[in-house]
Amino acid sequence: MADVALGAPVAEAEAPEAAPHPPLQIPQFNIVPRVGLAISVVVTALVIVAIAVNKLWPLTFFHVGGGAAWTIIDLFLGLVLGPIMGMMSPQARVEFTTRLMPKMVVIMPTVVTMTLAAGWQLSTKMGTNLTSYPQHGWVVASFIVVGVMSVLALGLLEPANIAVLFELKKPRPRPEIIERLMKRFIYCAGILGLMQIATLVIMTKLAAS
Amino acid sequence: MTERSFPPVTQLAMASLTLIVAGGIYLSSHLPRPVPLGPAVALLAASAVLLAINLALLARVEGFAWDRFFQVGKWSLLAYIAIAGMIEYVFLRDHLSGGPLVVLTLSLVVFAVHVPTLVGFTVARYFDPAPVGRG
Repeated sequence: MADVALGAPVAEAEAPEAAPHPPLQIPQFNIVPRVGLAISVVVTALVIVAIAVNKLWPLTFFHVGGGAAWTIIDLFLGLVLGPIMGMMSPQARVEFTTRLMPKMVVIMPTVVTMTLAAGWQLSTKMGTNLTSYPQHGWVVASFIVVGVMSVLALGLLEPANIAVLFELKKPRPRPEIIERLMKRFIYCAGILGLMQIATLVIMTKLAAS
Repeated sequence: MTERSFPPVTQLAMASLTLIVAGGIYLSSHLPRPVPLGPAVALLAASAVLLAINLALLARVEGFAWDRFFQVGKWSLLAYIAIAGMIEYVFLRDHLSGGPLVVLTLSLVVFAVHVPTLVGFTVARYFDPAPVGRG
């Protein structure tokens, strides 16, 4: 039996005929998907190589590619998927969560590290992080926006992501904890999505100047 | 169900990370001019003090699921050491040296310890001290 029933013992013991919903089935899942981890290691190694060779194209590729992925994921998760998840049935939400969240555990740290490390090296190579750069104020603004996003992601989003998966692994997960952690995750993703719009404004301004 | 009360580990960690990030922005926004290190050192010291307070408060919690905390924390620590190592490599690759390198390296140490602490705490706070679960 791969699945775990959520809340079934209490509901059936106290009032089986009054239970409004069937017990939730929690699919089997890995908290950290091994394939995703292997891909993450390969991507990280490629970013290190790109930084070591210090060529414009690989650095631009990893910075722009990673930044685009980071922006799109935050916007889509926070502003599109989040509200949809809120309207799903509890069973559908559990199934969606157990498939989405393990991937997010690997994807987000990889994408963020890739974007920031390649971006810093790119700006060093191009001289855009120097005070002599005409748009230096915009660059510092991007540091601040990314800094705030990093604190939110590291301090609230990532711990909630991992905690909800551990809760779902329990023999009897507590729905109120899952709901609280998922709310924290989705609200955080929504705020990060809105902040990504500020990143888009700054980066397009820098690219156009 | 009554909710157990815990020290404000998340809030203190967020404040500590904010100070680290502020120090990093301060230093990087002055490149390539010589940077007065005083503000960056003050921010780093304040962040390190918050980390120490957090660890001390956490150590005093009774009936905490330490096994789960260390299980999650050690893997998280490994991941964040790798991330911090990569950022450190970029600093060295760009020939950063002297005071700024020391401050940024120590900032990475605080970052690499505090984030896993926070992840481990967030998971372990919802567990009983005895090992439970399938994970």
